[in-house]
Amino acid sequence: MMLEIRDLYAAVEGSEILKGIDLAVDAGEVHAIMGPNGSGKSTLAQVLAGRELFEVTRGEVLFEGESLLDKSPEERAQLGIFLAFQYPVEIPGVQNLYFLRTAVNAQRRARGEDELDPASFMRLVREKARLVELDEKLLKRAVNDGFSGGEKKRNEILQMAVFEPKLCILDETDSGLDIDALRTVADGVNALRSPERAMIVVTHYQRLLDYIEPDRVHVLSGGRIVRSGGKELARELEKTGYGWIENRTAGAGS
Amino acid sequence: MSDSDTRHVEQLAQQDYKYGFVSDIEQELFSPGLNEDTVRAISAKKGEPEWMLEWRLRAFRHWRTMDEPHWPKAHYPPIDYQSLVYFAAPKSSEDRPKSLDEVDPELLAIYDKLGIPLKEQELLAGVAVDAVLDSVSVATTFREKLAELGIIFCSMSEAIHDHPDLVRRYLGSVVPYTDNFFATLNSAVFSDGSFVYVPKGVRCPMELSTYFRINAANTGQFERTLIVADEGAYVSYLEGCTAPMRDENQLHAAVVELVALDEATIKYSTVQNWYPGDAEGRGGIYNFVTKRGKVHRAAKISWTQVETGSAITWKYPSCILLGDDAVGEFYSVALTSRHQQADTGTKMIHIGRNTRSTIISKGISALSGQNTYRGLVKIARSAENARNFSQCDSMLIGDRCGAHTFPYIDVANPTAIVEHEATTSKIGEDQIFYCQQRGIPVEDAVSMIVNGFCKEVFQELPMEFAVEAQKLLGISLENSVG
Ligand SMILES: Nc1ncnc2c1ncn2[C@@H]1O[C@H](COP(=O)(O)OP(=O)(O)O)[C@@H](O)[C@H]1O
Ligand SMILES: [Mg+2]
Repeated sequence: MMLEIRDLYAAVEGSEILKGIDLAVDAGEVHAIMGPNGSGKSTLAQVLAGRELFEVTRGEVLFEGESLLDKSPEERAQLGIFLAFQYPVEIPGVQNLYFLRTAVNAQRRARGEDELDPASFMRLVREKARLVELDEKLLKRAVNDGFSGGEKKRNEILQMAVFEPKLCILDETDSGLDIDALRTVADGVNALRSPERAMIVVTHYQRLLDYIEPDRVHVLSGGRIVRSGGKELARELEKTGYGWIENRTAGAGS
Repeated sequence: MSDSDTRHVEQLAQQDYKYGFVSDIEQELFSPGLNEDTVRAISAKKGEPEWMLEWRLRAFRHWRTMDEPHWPKAHYPPIDYQSLVYFAAPKSSEDRPKSLDEVDPELLAIYDKLGIPLKEQELLAGVAVDAVLDSVSVATTFREKLAELGIIFCSMSEAIHDHPDLVRRYLGSVVPYTDNFFATLNSAVFSDGSFVYVPKGVRCPMELSTYFRINAANTGQFERTLIVADEGAYVSYLEGCTAPMRDENQLHAAVVELVALDEATIKYSTVQNWYPGDAEGRGGIYNFVTKRGKVHRAAKISWTQVETGSAITWKYPSCILLGDDAVGEFYSVALTSRHQQADTGTKMIHIGRNTRSTIISKGISALSGQNTYRGLVKIARSAENARNFSQCDSMLIGDRCGAHTFPYIDVANPTAIVEHEATTSKIGEDQIFYCQQRGIPVEDAVSMIVNGFCKEVFQELPMEFAVEAQKLLGISLENSVG
């Protein structure tokens, strides 16, 4: 098993958001996590990536058999965990290309590999930029600074393509994209699908799953996975919406 | 900087710390205290002509009528001027550390990170050693090249002897000896400094740096620099050193005067990294500096400074835009960490018509650092169509530090356009996390984000300086994120 989440609880500023998540993801699989706004999808994604803002109060997470929770975010990244942010962060004055190279080389160093020489690095980035149809001009600009919503999302996928991580977590990469952009992003993601790689695709809508076909679909609500199924579950949700869940959890809670 | 610049710059940064230092000449000890005899003794010691002594004495008499200013936003115990020693910063061997073992280990760690060889570390830290590091030959070839172009680059003492007409004409012409408490003190007791003269129409082909000035290693606490660019001339001058210098003299009161005659350009870059004190803020340097330039018709003076050292910095490099179409620029990065206090900024005094000035100030505060920007933009009645653009950005790292901005604007001509922008931001937890998620460790992330914040200033620095400045910021920021 590549990733095992067991009975995971997490809180922010004293209020509990994740309330007992169990999830297992194997190499080669694509899991979709769906659910209404505020159900804890981004929290789960960020907890996996190690954001300290969220305090893990119970449970454990294993990545390739090793405990993740005591590792720093950069160590997790170096192990091959990648998070495409729902809201990519702007870093004014830091050139996108420079950022990418610093990151690639930091990861390589941590893995005991040689740094990429500038020429190989440029070749790699150009190739991946074409794959995600990211305008090369954006490479010379500051990281996400003044990028449109779609450009930011493409930039996330570019980074993912350059790093070639083992586990890709995509947090609402589809939101704010028009249909063409959605297709390119999905093509980029599909190009990275491989038997060695796992993906967790967080989305509010079924739309993205028309392009990235999941092996499993989980519905998150109130910090718990309330239903799991195959790809047909996504279709069903498209028809029924999330109302039934909210009613059900509200009922269960009271 | 473009990516290839960055690469080049990184290579440069990896080179050995390459400039040697002239070893100390055994220095005589003056007894502490300040009176007319001290001033006479300093002047006599240097074999100065009568006019120089007279000037010093006038300054000294004026200084006695003055009070130390307390308006800067800085707190420090009172300075006892009578307990200071006023000649050539003598250090008796007993007072100096006997070996590097006696030096603040953090200072040593910084030397290591900057890649400074052991012998030079000893010199920088003031260890009593006999090492002679010879930069004389480099300096000599350098000076010969300059001489061919008629450029004078020497110590102030030499200039007083060899170029008295130039010195008499320009010394005090920008910062008069009556100017302010610290400048007046400097005028009375200045030890040494640099003198530069670039003749009409000459473009100085290399960056002038004190590294190349013979016997510049110990100019003491009252440094005096005068740079004159004659009509149409160009010169770029680099002051300072990225290695933190340990100095027994706590008070430093330098004066720098720049004169850019018609259509001349002077670019003055500083990287200041005096010892900031230990983790509790003890032992750091007080750096009270007066820097000013007179900018004549269609001339330009550009100040760029990166201030990371000192316990207290009090410094306002300024431009008097005298001539029509004169241009003044000020680019500044000031970083305060631990218990450092910086009160810095600029004055742009517009007198000529169509004069233009630009101010870009980046203040970074970490831990308990206090950073104040204080700037004056003054547009005189005569300054038709003057323009100023100011941008003052502050970045806070942590909760205990502070940033303060005092922009004074004084406009006496209605045709002026004065724009001021100011921002204060906290280094974002989200930015740091984003970098970490990409595999970049926290300290590198902070350094990268801060360097990005300072980019507009760094790109004004000569490339070698820019690299060192970036490295320096990174080092100064270590352990600043808690
Ligand atoms: N930084 C934060 N501080 C306080 N509450 C937060 C924070 N981040 C998320 N939350 C709360 O946690 C809950 C889950 O949010 P989130 O994980 O972003 O949901 P989703 O991604 O499913 O829309 C919401 O109620 C949200 O308000
Ligand atoms: Mg979300």
